[in-house]
Amino acid sequence: MITDVQLPEPKTPLPGATVNSDQGLLMWISSVDHKQIGIMYMIMTLFYLFVGGLLALLMRVQLMMPENTFLAPDSYNQLFTMHGTTMIFFVLTPAILGMAVYMVPLQIGANEMAFPRLNAFAFWISFFGGLLLYFSFLAGGAPDAGWFSYAPLNQTQYSASPGIDYYCIGLLLSGIGTVSTAANLAVTIITLRTPSMKYKYLPVFVWMVFINAFLILAAFPSLNAALAMLLIDRQLDGHFFNTDAGGSALLWQHLFWLFGHPEVYIVVLPPFGVLSEVFQVYSRKPIFGYPFVVGSGIAISLLAFGVWVHHMFATGMGNTVNSFFAVSSMLIGIPTGVKIFNWLGTMYGGSIRFTTGMLFATAFLVEFTIGGLSGISFAIVPIDWQLTDTYYVVAHLHYVFLGGSLFGLFAGFFYWFPKISGRMYSETLGKWFFWLFMIGFNMTFFMQHILGIIGMPRRVYTYPNLAGYSLLNLISSLGAFLMGGSMLIFLYLLYDAIKRGKRAGDNPWDGYTFEWLTSSPPALKNFTILPPVYSFRPVHDLNHPEIGDYQKSDEEKYGTKDTD
Amino acid sequence: MEQKTLIKLIVGSEAIFFLALLMAFVYFTYVPTLNPRVATTLDLTTTGLFTVLLLSSSFTFWRAEVSFRRGQTKSLRLWLSATVVLGVVFLIGQGIEYTGLLSKQLTVSKGTFTTSFFTLTGFHGLHVLIGIIILSIVLYLAFLGDLDDPDSALLPSVGIYWHFVDVVWAVVFVVVYVLPHFLTPRAS
Ligand code: HEM
Ligand SMILES: [Cu+2]
Repeated sequence: MITDVQLPEPKTPLPGATVNSDQGLLMWISSVDHKQIGIMYMIMTLFYLFVGGLLALLMRVQLMMPENTFLAPDSYNQLFTMHGTTMIFFVLTPAILGMAVYMVPLQIGANEMAFPRLNAFAFWISFFGGLLLYFSFLAGGAPDAGWFSYAPLNQTQYSASPGIDYYCIGLLLSGIGTVSTAANLAVTIITLRTPSMKYKYLPVFVWMVFINAFLILAAFPSLNAALAMLLIDRQLDGHFFNTDAGGSALLWQHLFWLFGHPEVYIVVLPPFGVLSEVFQVYSRKPIFGYPFVVGSGIAISLLAFGVWVHHMFATGMGNTVNSFFAVSSMLIGIPTGVKIFNWLGTMYGGSIRFTTGMLFATAFLVEFTIGGLSGISFAIVPIDWQLTDTYYVVAHLHYVFLGGSLFGLFAGFFYWFPKISGRMYSETLGKWFFWLFMIGFNMTFFMQHILGIIGMPRRVYTYPNLAGYSLLNLISSLGAFLMGGSMLIFLYLLYDAIKRGKRAGDNPWDGYTFEWLTSSPPALKNFTILPPVYSFRPVHDLNHPEIGDYQKSDEEKYGTKDTD
Repeated sequence: MEQKTLIKLIVGSEAIFFLALLMAFVYFTYVPTLNPRVATTLDLTTTGLFTVLLLSSSFTFWRAEVSFRRGQTKSLRLWLSATVVLGVVFLIGQGIEYTGLLSKQLTVSKGTFTTSFFTLTGFHGLHVLIGIIILSIVLYLAFLGDLDDPDSALLPSVGIYWHFVDVVWAVVFVVVYVLPHFLTPRAS
């Protein structure tokens, strides 16, 4: 059976316009093509990654030695707030959306998203949200109450500059975009799969994006409501979070973390999906335990809504509440651990190719596990009381965000780069980038575990010359510069690949899923004909009919067969 | 099909948004004990009347959908117009209520009760307004005669949103206006 996918593409790019929008900037601005929008997301992400990274380097310069005077305390506050906000809302979140918007229609054999114009709207509203957030620098001062903007610090009497107002509006706009894209992705996956692609044949990346869409739909409204309330507090003199007038600081924390904890999974579930693709293709083996990878994803997304109070152990909610959330937080480690074993199992016995993408994926296993372990240690209430608000938290969150989400995204970026650009990148440069970045990362953040344990508080602009502080901070700053330097190699790698890279064939890695069936880069219309789907590796079945999965039993296909 | 799934997802997401606002209201007025002024400040009967009108707009919309499926253009226009009018009347009612409160110096900045009250009901009013704008466009299309494909998902999708707005109000009405009357011991 050959499934012919027919999807109308617009003949004239901008009907009724008298300007030529076939090429150039106007083509991008007016585009509703999911691939172009995906690329714009990635460019935006890369841009903010550099901006956010620059802010971080400034902070590390200030912290390089004790009692430094490079930055004033209030500028330091603005820097760490903008750094965190940028990295979470304008790097990781748009990065996962961009990858999803680019890859999901390709992987499910569709030619577009279900709602192409909604897709464009969502991108642009996020884009302008980011611009507004940064406009605050010109409007009298950036937000300065941390990326989670705790009450009552977020009130006008403590933060009089308009920074936090821009924070509210910027995040609200991008939040609206994120929710729209999530709904769009869910509908796309439900309705536009090629007819023979049953749910049990969905590529793991698509599964994770699908689960993630519901996570976004359920988590972001809580943030949006909190931001709207905060804006009312600041602009109309409301009293939601103004503790001087009967408002509640805890209400903000509850609303924020009810979003905030799911958000950490929102930015890590799609990378989980990416890794599942990367591990299987580069190990030349189907993913080990497909049902467990998917099932643990669902378990994580459900548990993610039951653990938010672990960010609030220090607020004095009592032992009963604390114990409940300590246990639920530890539980969430189980499905995450299951996934780690799935990936190890995929690598085990495979013929592994250590390309740059695979290196990042392998490093992810190590770094993310370290982050998970420090997370579990926080779930033990007395340890949290001791370590909260110290550099130990900073170490933990960077191991999961950077060593986890970002490494996963880099793995996917290198894996899909030939498809997206049509060019191969230089593996030599890729390896240089990987090793420098990885070493820099561990230098910067491993030290911070120790700094936290010996008592250095986070969010302070300087520190006294206590035993150990100076040396550890110096190492941390040097590591940060190493990472910054390696990013320049990354830029050069991109330039080099696009300028001189070898042409990539349609399927340079012998990949398994439908995106490897079209040309590299894909034409405006992704597919005209698709083969039927008999397993979660349709392209592999097509290219290797002799060992195609369609001949195997379900048990073998999903790796659930008992082999001894 | 696609449109309806999209609207259902968005509506589900919006429900959580309203839940957050509602929890804030509940937290400030019911915890630790009910703020007794709530029952006396708000006018149950007038708002109750407007509530009935808004809820009946769900009925008129349902009739509009039935006429649409049967291809009865005339009654479709009629029921749609009725829906829009009922929505507008509700907003006017809310306007009157707000003016009354503001004239008693009960502004957003008066205290946590007014802050959470105006935010909750205001966001609902905003959703009614959006609904009215969408319904007006649909009505306009109906008068142009463009609503003639009985398989079109437009009307059912708008319907999901409109019924949602009504259900939200039903919950808000119960929590904000009705329950306090039962929970405050009547002062003799
Ligand atoms: C085994 C799973 C995990 C557990 C048990 C866990 C536990 C915790 C706990 C208890 C805290 C609060 C520390 C404190 O402030 O005292 C925390 C903070 C944090 N976690 Fe995790 N975590 C886990 C996984 C993750 C993942 C996967 C991410 C992101 C991808 C993440 C991101 C963060 C962030 C950003 C913070 C810091 C929030 C802040 O700024 O205070 N965590 N984690
Ligand atoms: Cu958490």
